[in-house]
Amino acid sequence: MAYQFSQESEKRFQRLIPQFPSKRSLILPCLFLLQADKGFVDTEGMQYIADRIGEPVSLAQVHGVATFYTMYNKKPVGKFHIQVCANISCYLAGSDSITEHVCSKLGIGKGETTKDKKYTVDEVQCLGACGFGPVAQINDKYYENLTPESIEKILSELEKEG
Amino acid sequence: MGLKTLLTTHIAAGDSHTLKHYQSVGGYESLKKAISEMTAEQIVNDVKNSGLRGRGGAGFPTGNKWGFIPKTDKPKYLICNGDEGEPGTFKDRMLIERFPHMLIEGMIIAAKAIDSHQGYIYIRGEFHKGIRIVETAVEEAYKAGLLGKNILGLGYDFDLAVYSGAGAYICGEESALINSLEGRRGHPRLKPPFPAVSGLYACPTVVNNVETFCNVPHIIRMTGEEYKKIGTEKSPGTRLFAVSGHVKKPGIYEVEMGTPMKELIYDICGGIKNDKSLKAVIPGGSSSPILTAEEAMTATMDYESIASLKSMLGSGAVIILSEETDLVETTYRLAEFYSHESCGQCTPCREGTHWVKDLLHKIKVGEGTEKDVELIFSLSRNMEGGTTICPLADACVMAVRPTMTKFKEEFSLRLKKEVSVSH
Repeated sequence: MAYQFSQESEKRFQRLIPQFPSKRSLILPCLFLLQADKGFVDTEGMQYIADRIGEPVSLAQVHGVATFYTMYNKKPVGKFHIQVCANISCYLAGSDSITEHVCSKLGIGKGETTKDKKYTVDEVQCLGACGFGPVAQINDKYYENLTPESIEKILSELEKEG
Repeated sequence: MGLKTLLTTHIAAGDSHTLKHYQSVGGYESLKKAISEMTAEQIVNDVKNSGLRGRGGAGFPTGNKWGFIPKTDKPKYLICNGDEGEPGTFKDRMLIERFPHMLIEGMIIAAKAIDSHQGYIYIRGEFHKGIRIVETAVEEAYKAGLLGKNILGLGYDFDLAVYSGAGAYICGEESALINSLEGRRGHPRLKPPFPAVSGLYACPTVVNNVETFCNVPHIIRMTGEEYKKIGTEKSPGTRLFAVSGHVKKPGIYEVEMGTPMKELIYDICGGIKNDKSLKAVIPGGSSSPILTAEEAMTATMDYESIASLKSMLGSGAVIILSEETDLVETTYRLAEFYSHESCGQCTPCREGTHWVKDLLHKIKVGEGTEKDVELIFSLSRNMEGGTTICPLADACVMAVRPTMTKFKEEFSLRLKKEVSVSH
């Protein structure tokens, strides 16, 4: 069956409509709804968004927006998306050792996903939590003041979560 | 000078983000005063009198910015820039999560000042928790009659919505943020026209930082004249400094403007980690030119002092670098950031930031030559001073060139391969 917003996303979409005088402003939030439903943004979903918003928004415009911003996954990511900050303050606090530890524990390199599709590891630019480095974002949650020991514990907890 | 709280007075309260707590400590009283007792002009003048300068980075006088909004029949829009992304900067996230109602109150007062009836809070997308907290606060404010039609029965209408960024540092630049809010790529716009004349949906628009709006209720409560007595003459008020790097107690500290940097680092933040000596300080976010330890010890935390050292107070992000810091590596990481975040519109930025990053990588791994250093300096001259639509390329230059100049010896040692290298 062709993609359409989940019930929850449809509710959010309806709440979004009156907030903007221009329909085009709906593109970014709609891409987040698509990603919440599917885990990533694909052409089918982007076409659906263009159709739901309607004229003058086209698939090309939705695609142009999706490819500009880093938070839209253009391909599937693991159930747990581990993003370790590598910029200055986190680097000074030892983020390299956190990334290495996570990669070696999961047996994958940066930007890769484990074979069981459970984990994806990425190194990212500043997460805006510089006083609490090293910092990693796992899905929606920030983990701060990481050490190799604490990230090891976090990974064990994720493993238990399934 | 030193620690002084206006914005963060109630930070110890576990429920500081709730409407109940905010109202219990006098929250929204300034809103009542502004709407029922003051004209728009009086609000603008009070903020002008306070001397408040924007807390996002540029430090432009807030009251003047509001005063630029023309009196037309077109809708006027008010935007909060919560797209915090400059490396080293992490203060607005705290305000968003702990004091969302202070932000909302400041925005409603600002809305009346510019005759706006629709506002947006644009928050960087990674701040999921902050977005949820602000959305809840906005809902609370609507239910309490603080937002929407006829606010508190005082005859003013203002609607407010939360908008999530999607991962692009450049959207912290106000015209790129406006494009993003319009559902476009976050490409900065050519100025003029400035947003005050043609901003969101081609209408007059004011964009202010989170911390800037949070100051507004305090100015209205205590009057601009009284507010101006805090801090220094040209940099009034308090400032949230986000301190990170090699200090014993990194964190966010609200201090009076004009506090000596030495006091901030050694007394407030406990001094340098592992009792090492100070090598350098990046005083206002990653794009502010680096200060040597000697320069830092003479500086005070206000716009003028930092500017006299040819740097910027910027976003109030202070990054402390101890004697153990590898400045070649840190400079490379900053160049990598700017190359990653270039939006790609302008050739000097799109090509220049990547080229500088690649050359610094070459130097960092021990394969660089003097010619590469010369090339970085040559490239940087073509990336600054108005060759691009926005200042991202300038920011890259400011993050790279002063470090290479002030710490030339460290780069020379790497060229001579006299230090170990990392790949």
